[in-house]
Amino acid sequence: MTAETARAPRRLLPRLAASRWIWSFVGAAAVWIATIAFTHGQGATEILTSALTFSAFFVVVGIGQMFVITAGPGNIDLSIPANIALSGALAMMVMAGADTMIPLGVAAAIGCGVLVGCLNYALIRVLAIPPIIATLSASFFVQSVAIAYGRGLKIKPPPGFSAFTTGQVMGVPILAACIVVLAVVMAVVLHRTLYGRAVSAIGQNPRAAELAGLSVGRTRFLTYVLSAALAGLCGALLAGFSGGASLNMGEEYLLASIAVVVIGGSSVAGGASNVPGIWGAALFLYLVVTMLNTFGVGAGIRLVLTGVIIIAVITLAGGRPTGRR
Amino acid sequence: MTGALDAPRAPAPAPMLRALASPRVMRALLPAMSMTILLVAIFVVQPRAMSYFGLNLMLNLALPIAFATIAQMFVITVNDLDLSIGGFVSFVACVGATFLNDTPLLGVVVLAGCIAVYAALGALVHLRNLPSIVVTLGMSFVWLGLSILLLPTPGGTAPAWLVAIVKFKMPFVPFAILMSVVLALVVHVALMRSAAGVVLRGSGGNPLAIAKAGWSLLKLKVTMYAFAGFFGVLSGLSLVGMTTSADANIALRYTLLSVAGVILGGGEFVGGRVSPIGAVIGALTLALAGSLLSFLQISPDWQIGAQGVILVVVLALRALVNRAEARAR
Repeated sequence: MTAETARAPRRLLPRLAASRWIWSFVGAAAVWIATIAFTHGQGATEILTSALTFSAFFVVVGIGQMFVITAGPGNIDLSIPANIALSGALAMMVMAGADTMIPLGVAAAIGCGVLVGCLNYALIRVLAIPPIIATLSASFFVQSVAIAYGRGLKIKPPPGFSAFTTGQVMGVPILAACIVVLAVVMAVVLHRTLYGRAVSAIGQNPRAAELAGLSVGRTRFLTYVLSAALAGLCGALLAGFSGGASLNMGEEYLLASIAVVVIGGSSVAGGASNVPGIWGAALFLYLVVTMLNTFGVGAGIRLVLTGVIIIAVITLAGGRPTGRR
Repeated sequence: MTGALDAPRAPAPAPMLRALASPRVMRALLPAMSMTILLVAIFVVQPRAMSYFGLNLMLNLALPIAFATIAQMFVITVNDLDLSIGGFVSFVACVGATFLNDTPLLGVVVLAGCIAVYAALGALVHLRNLPSIVVTLGMSFVWLGLSILLLPTPGGTAPAWLVAIVKFKMPFVPFAILMSVVLALVVHVALMRSAAGVVLRGSGGNPLAIAKAGWSLLKLKVTMYAFAGFFGVLSGLSLVGMTTSADANIALRYTLLSVAGVILGGGEFVGGRVSPIGAVIGALTLALAGSLLSFLQISPDWQIGAQGVILVVVLALRALVNRAEARAR
């Protein structure tokens, strides 16, 4: 299916219309237009700039969650918020405000993520329990470690790291540009590498994939480690962006990571995913909140509408039964 | 599976003992054993807890968790997961502390509407073949938003009759224990021992067979979600009766606690395998874990972590039992 569409030399427009991810960009654009129509064009570019910045964080964790969801029904990573809290705190501790320690701090955060990923997969494998429970139990533990060591942590990120995470070149956030590159790399990994193809194959039919000689266990292991490593990276970036790590900074990323995958047009049943849709969906989610803020609604109504929109979008987009398992 | 079949083949001197050691019984006893171990540990560390007053104090807040766990169990039975139960219980608590007190009739209508919303969610998830995780995560935003609209700041007052029921001082046995036992038994009989219960569980265990037998999977799923909403309402009401006032974030942690409780109690994510008695015990175990930690003077920072560890240990034991069973076959 995916190989066919990739090979068929079709024209761009029909191909775009046929792809499921384009709708997330259409939605994001519609919300943006509605917002600037309300403000009579004021702040149009500023809104886009901040949308790019904040969406970048959604995209980082969303890509990891996408690989996990692609690996088939039941696969999901619920440890992302706890992971972000711990990795962010760890990155700030290692960097200790010194520019020279930035690479080491980022590496520590990613390393912390890798460890969480290993813990997740070890629980799934050794205890033979569903990933939901395994990643949930792991996240309980990770959250506790983060609370115990991260409480009252008031370490500012190094100036260089803050500048990188908040800086802009001609209105384009540096961080967002880097994450676009990351997304391109991950799209290549998903569609063009043996590992990425194996993840999709396992998501479509694990038995067939195994009979075809793919190592299901190793692929799943790599997938959980990848997701957790990206969550770790997100933790470091988020701490740099918000001027220090806080314990609850990962909270909203559980819903966001799953929502961007689904709204982006990837199949929830696994096996059929795409990366561009994650960017579209992340922009959409952020712009919806911006729009509601611009309209001046209170926190309560904003939350209700956010929830309703998410449910409406997946009812419209995610409802098509995939038919292949 | 093993106990009954093995008995004639090997004339064991004590068939009762053999039956007790069978993996099936072991698995069923695991939740109760973990709670007993926890209780014994608590009594050893703090003997004064072994009293009416001590138990009452420790188990007071366990009852709402038990209700929420049962609600979660109904959803898990049909192979779904409810990530909005914490937000829902908070909302019910807010309704209990506002509408139900000020305009009781409106309060009852709102709560009935909540159950209808749950039923509608079940229909939506079934008809559009949606992932329950995403739908309920979206709903968690809706409930939280509604709670904030109702009670922007913590406050409200629980109706006096509700407080009187929840704080009712039973002779000899703390009310929370009695209610937990009643809850476990009623749901057990309804879901595990009745004909309707078999069909309801079957809609999660083998939907194809149930559909072929002429049952409407839609109706079954709607029923199960409605039950989840009903027990969510009970959870919120018992919580607000205990705390006498509410706030929008009051029960957000129930989402994870309830999932953990169901799993601790022997529930599995596939095939409608659940245990109502186990789920209640699982909820009590998680609630008691907090007490033990504070008696041990361990920082509350580690409370969630300890719950995670308990979960992993019990699951590890169950994996061992399962492996023993696989070997025996």
